Amino acid sequence: MENTVLTEKKLLELQIVARDLRRKILNVIFHAGSGHPGGSLSATDILTALYFGGILRYNPKNPNDPKRDRFILSKGHASALMYCVLAKAGYFSEDKLLDYRKIGSELFLSGHPHPKTPGVEIASGSLGQGLSVAHGIALGARIDKLNYNVYVVLGDGEIQEGQIWEAAMSAAKFNSNNLIAIIDNNKVAQDNLTEDLKNIEPLIDKWEAFGWDTYRINGHNMEEIMNTLLTPMDSVKPRLIIADTIKGKGVSFMEGNKSWHGVAPSEDDLNKALTELE
Amino acid sequence: MKDGATRDGYGAALVQLGKSHANLVVLDSGVSDSTRTKQFGEEFPGRFFNMGISEGDMVCTAAGLARTGKVAFATSFACFLLGRTMDQVLVSIAYSNSNVKLAGTHTGLAVGEDGPSAQMIVDLAYTRAMPNMTVIQPADWEEAVQATKALANYFGPAYIRLGRQKLNGIYDSSYNFQIGKASIVREGSDVVIFATGSLVQESLLAADLMQSKSISTTVVNISTLKPLDESLIIRESKKHMAVITAEDHNIIGGLGDAICQVLTNNQIALPFKSIAVGDRFAETGSGPELYEKYGLSSTHIIEAIKNVFSKKAI
Repeated sequence: MENTVLTEKKLLELQIVARDLRRKILNVIFHAGSGHPGGSLSATDILTALYFGGILRYNPKNPNDPKRDRFILSKGHASALMYCVLAKAGYFSEDKLLDYRKIGSELFLSGHPHPKTPGVEIASGSLGQGLSVAHGIALGARIDKLNYNVYVVLGDGEIQEGQIWEAAMSAAKFNSNNLIAIIDNNKVAQDNLTEDLKNIEPLIDKWEAFGWDTYRINGHNMEEIMNTLLTPMDSVKPRLIIADTIKGKGVSFMEGNKSWHGVAPSEDDLNKALTELE
Repeated sequence: MKDGATRDGYGAALVQLGKSHANLVVLDSGVSDSTRTKQFGEEFPGRFFNMGISEGDMVCTAAGLARTGKVAFATSFACFLLGRTMDQVLVSIAYSNSNVKLAGTHTGLAVGEDGPSAQMIVDLAYTRAMPNMTVIQPADWEEAVQATKALANYFGPAYIRLGRQKLNGIYDSSYNFQIGKASIVREGSDVVIFATGSLVQESLLAADLMQSKSISTTVVNISTLKPLDESLIIRESKKHMAVITAEDHNIIGGLGDAICQVLTNNQIALPFKSIAVGDRFAETGSGPELYEKYGLSSTHIIEAIKNVFSKKAI
């Protein structure tokens, strides 16, 4: 991670990867007949930077390497994104993605992630747990005197769960500066706009008050994402990145639209979306 | 044989394990003096995490530590440890098959004066119902020590149900606890009692008192509630004329249901009685007073022995 040089060429490559991932996400959800496109498309640029921008240290040939950086998708409903990223990263072949949400899936490509799938650290799907789990892994690194980082992506609606704030206090108490939480702040939850459901702002003030080193960025600007992830960690504080994003990013008729939280596109919608993502 | 609370056996075992198991970590949620994890924390501060009063965060943090190869003992009063965390335990521990041991102290009506909000009587139902979960309740100090050590050497999610009250010693150091094995603590021939936790003692007391009435009673300690020692349960049931179960837990979802399932699945039809809390909340009062009033004391077990014996097939 320390040696990553951010050139224009690199940024362009990452944008191409992200576009390709968005196409794959829509394809696998269409093929499965169900899934969560909106929150997968909003977090695509974040995961692209982590996995393909040289941030995460990982080895698909040795998924359980003790020295690897860890990634946890706490908003587990964005599983289509997770699996497309893992396939692209080389954990398994892309044709396995056709098993997504299908009975008998050899790699257990369930509607929400589970560690039977190579590259998945823990089950998620019940919101609010991933930050605590990530922090537990961060504490494990300290015991083992290993210098890996733990990255966790949270949904904006997810932080309405009280346990997020329990974990926020814990990570500050233990000075866990190997823990990086990224909020995919797409501002739309299943029922409603997040602010109407229950307002979560002011985010920076809250996380600062809880003792975190905070950043707020455009979660679709690859340069901003990369620069923030490349910034050296604080000497004691865990890091919180609020990535302002758009639900359904990249597909005009899905953007900002809550009705695309948890439904698969029709063949027509898929074709329209893929045309936009060419 | 050493008298003492099972929570004390747990705490003593953790300190011993801290020396032999470099990968063992302990978490607590702000009650470490009462749960007896405090001494481990003093001796191994780098492997002790007091997470504050936030049990959901604690059990998930334990799951995270377990994902890095640690055996993580997450400890609190059972009413909070499980009552507040069923979802977290189900997803991050049981479903993820994380190597976390949940240690719940202050279980059952025995807790007494703190009242029904503190008297955890549904924890066996919660934990037994979860796939992947092993469930253990030791019956005395020695068994608590040995069960804690056995769990440290076992990979997988588990719940160990512990008590605050002092119990008489049943086992000495020659005992060999094994996960999944029940043990016969008193041999008889007429009635068999399958008991767990503090009710093993009540059952022994009742069995001794019934000896003078010429009803010979076997007492089996079911310290592993899941997986059950089915072969022993079937064998002992078939050797006796009637079956009793005894537990300080609600009558739904605990040992009684578990034994019933074994008997019915194996076509064993015998007079049967469950000694348990009768699907209601108790009240404040001392543990022994509550055992008497809510049907868990040896007096009630004696009545049950007479009752099932009178219904035996001739």
